[in-house]
Amino acid sequence: MSDTEQHSAPPALELSHIAKAFGAVIALTNGTLRLERTSIHALVGENGAGKSTLVKIIAGLYQRDAGDLLLDGELVDFRSTAEAKAAGIAVIYQEPTLFPDLSVTENIFMGRQPRGALGVIDRRAMRTEALALFERLGVRIDPDRPTLGLSIADQQIIEIAKAISLDARVLIMDEPTAALSGVEVERLFAVARSLRDEGRAILFISHRFDEVFDLCDTVTVMRDGAYIATSPIESTTVEEIVRQMVGRDVTTLFPKLEAEIGDDVLVVEGLTRPGVFTDVSFSVRSGEIVALAGLVGAGRSEIARAIFGVDAYSAGTVRLNGRLLRRNDPASAMLAGLALVPEDRRQQGLVLESSVARNATLAIRRTLARFGLITDGLENASARIWASRLEVKTSALDTQVGTLSGGNQQKVVLAKWLATDPKVLIIDEPTRGIDVGTKAEVHRLLSELAQQGLAILMISSELPEVLGMADRVLVVHEGRITADVPRAEATAESVMFAATHSEAAA
Amino acid sequence: MNPVLSRLARFVTARETGILLALVIVVAITTAVNPRFLFSGDGFRDLLLTPSILLLVAVGQAIVIITRNVDLSVGSTLGLSAYLTGRIFIDLPWLPWPAVFLIGILFGAALGLINGALVAFAKVPSLVITLGTLYAFRGINVLWTGSDRINPSDMPKDFLALGTSAIAGIPYLTILAIVVLVVAGWFLRTQRAGRELYAIGSDPGAAHLYGLKVTQRTLAAFVVCGALAGLAGVLYAARYGTVNSQAGYGWELDAVGAAVIGGVAIFGGSGTVWGAAIGAYLLLTISRALPVVGVPDFWQGAVVGALILGAIVLDRLLALRTARRLRDVHARERKEVTS
Repeated sequence: MSDTEQHSAPPALELSHIAKAFGAVIALTNGTLRLERTSIHALVGENGAGKSTLVKIIAGLYQRDAGDLLLDGELVDFRSTAEAKAAGIAVIYQEPTLFPDLSVTENIFMGRQPRGALGVIDRRAMRTEALALFERLGVRIDPDRPTLGLSIADQQIIEIAKAISLDARVLIMDEPTAALSGVEVERLFAVARSLRDEGRAILFISHRFDEVFDLCDTVTVMRDGAYIATSPIESTTVEEIVRQMVGRDVTTLFPKLEAEIGDDVLVVEGLTRPGVFTDVSFSVRSGEIVALAGLVGAGRSEIARAIFGVDAYSAGTVRLNGRLLRRNDPASAMLAGLALVPEDRRQQGLVLESSVARNATLAIRRTLARFGLITDGLENASARIWASRLEVKTSALDTQVGTLSGGNQQKVVLAKWLATDPKVLIIDEPTRGIDVGTKAEVHRLLSELAQQGLAILMISSELPEVLGMADRVLVVHEGRITADVPRAEATAESVMFAATHSEAAA
Repeated sequence: MNPVLSRLARFVTARETGILLALVIVVAITTAVNPRFLFSGDGFRDLLLTPSILLLVAVGQAIVIITRNVDLSVGSTLGLSAYLTGRIFIDLPWLPWPAVFLIGILFGAALGLINGALVAFAKVPSLVITLGTLYAFRGINVLWTGSDRINPSDMPKDFLALGTSAIAGIPYLTILAIVVLVVAGWFLRTQRAGRELYAIGSDPGAAHLYGLKVTQRTLAAFVVCGALAGLAGVLYAARYGTVNSQAGYGWELDAVGAAVIGGVAIFGGSGTVWGAAIGAYLLLTISRALPVVGVPDFWQGAVVGALILGAIVLDRLLALRTARRLRDVHARERKEVTS
């Protein structure tokens, strides 16, 4: 829409140039969005584009560092979720946030129950209203049962009922359909359209383009924490939106070295865990970097955890150099030569209060011990080798790991696993939260390791990283591998397309 | 289902009913062994009177536990309040004795405010905070009291009579405790603030996203718990007449035990003050019943421990069964809808 066009009424919600940083991490540089009444507006962007941060600022959960937030043309400042709610903004988050011990009805009306004399909650009125809401949504949920044990889909329905009962002017739905089946999605859309026709403004965040095109009338694209473009849905195409989502330079950052690719090392066949991933089969060869790409929540980390034995699986096999690995047994997976660098290194990869040397030798404590005892000398000797090979920048090996930068912490986790002399390295989000300069170093390191014959399975949500590093890209969509793209054919568009469509043209 | 029947069904399946039944059985068996346990005037009075003070403390504790916190300092608060009561009678004899109730309650509330503020603002787990104040309050008590003690002769007769006498066979203390219980139960069930305490305990993160006043409500729960412990301290002085620096020692564990036995989930979000109250009666009645039925004194601790473990295991089993049932019901309903 053009700037000269005059609007008789201000938009329901307008955000301009919203910025937000968490410490050194910049989440949003330019959050700009214009939500009209009687409209369903789609917000799309890659993982980490800043959509969820934007939503949380609108919801009053985060406070913006800069920029304007206008509700009906008035500048507003929400200091809490209660204030945003009172102003008529309802948010349905990706993960339902319910009270498991309380009844469905209480969950819908918590904090604003209808009251009679002496402030006594009118349970009958509340229950009647809940039933009316479910009637309208066309669902049958017992209003008296606790929400514990409800499926994600029904929890989502309760969130929606809650938002409707708030009589919100602005309704924000952050990936509400991720857990819903086809029928349920249709029902949700019918409700969304009727809410729109009542004059409300709806913001719909989704990774499924078919849904965006089916439901929404306007689409805004974000990338790297900034606004890219807003277009009416009829004047754009999936290809155009994907281009806007990924459009950036991916060539220079990644010093991919040529490695000699050998035989299959890790072979996964028919791996299934009901509801999480289904029939996952692939192999990784020595010297090869295979990327698992896809959207957050597609099941990539879960697949990695199952291979390593942290989680169980119900069917399928994992072989390493031809030997079958026992399911649900990380210790034997480690012995066989598997290493897993988890996504959340601060929680799952490091003991932050301990020294660099101790962390770097954590995975080899058994073999390092002499007569069951480990001395600082033994630790330091072993840690020094890896610290210098990986160029961990620290003044001393007894520095607390928690005080290192993200990049150096990641190197310590890597050192820990490389000390076990693995055959296969599974690395989940290798450069999350690491600054750009150090990122390149981690990439160089991975590339060198592959050159030395290590088989690497890399999970990454950053498309440039996937395209720059991987010899092969496996795309995971809703728990299934939907595409296996060799390096030569992998483009941002082809991977993104496979990640957002169930039947990809692989 | 017919509303009367469904209400009856809810009563029969309620957790509190099971505890009440256990209490009745304990009383019945003990009375069968020694009829004086129930049928003598003193027996009946003691049965009602002994757990009344613990009931107050357990009700406060239950309110805190429902918010997914715990207050381990209630025994020390009770001790300080009891000694304060005695000192007031000695140092300010002109004060009309009903005023000590107000002073005791306010004093307890102030100590509760300290706990609540540390938990709500410093974001330190309440287990640690109140473990600290447990020792701190007791330490102040020992420092203040020394080897001194309050004797019945220091306190007015009317006040002491309140601690032991009864009207129509029901001790005053019991009547007071029941009134507090009814008010607390009514508040938690019918008031928005009461329901929000459950919500906060059920999922603190979700409560925050909802925009509930988590800090304010948590603080209030600790203040109420402290106030009830303060009130219990005043009544302790009236009931026993003798107060030294060790009054209320170990009561925090009885209070937590009573709440847990009564079905208040230790992780918050469920249970009622009614359950905690019955739990207090069960706990103390068993302790009194054991010597009567010939179980030696030194077994009492073990029996109480077994009771708590049993209650927790039962809770866990019930929770698992409920979760499974809810899932099954849900799956069935969905099948009906889609087919």
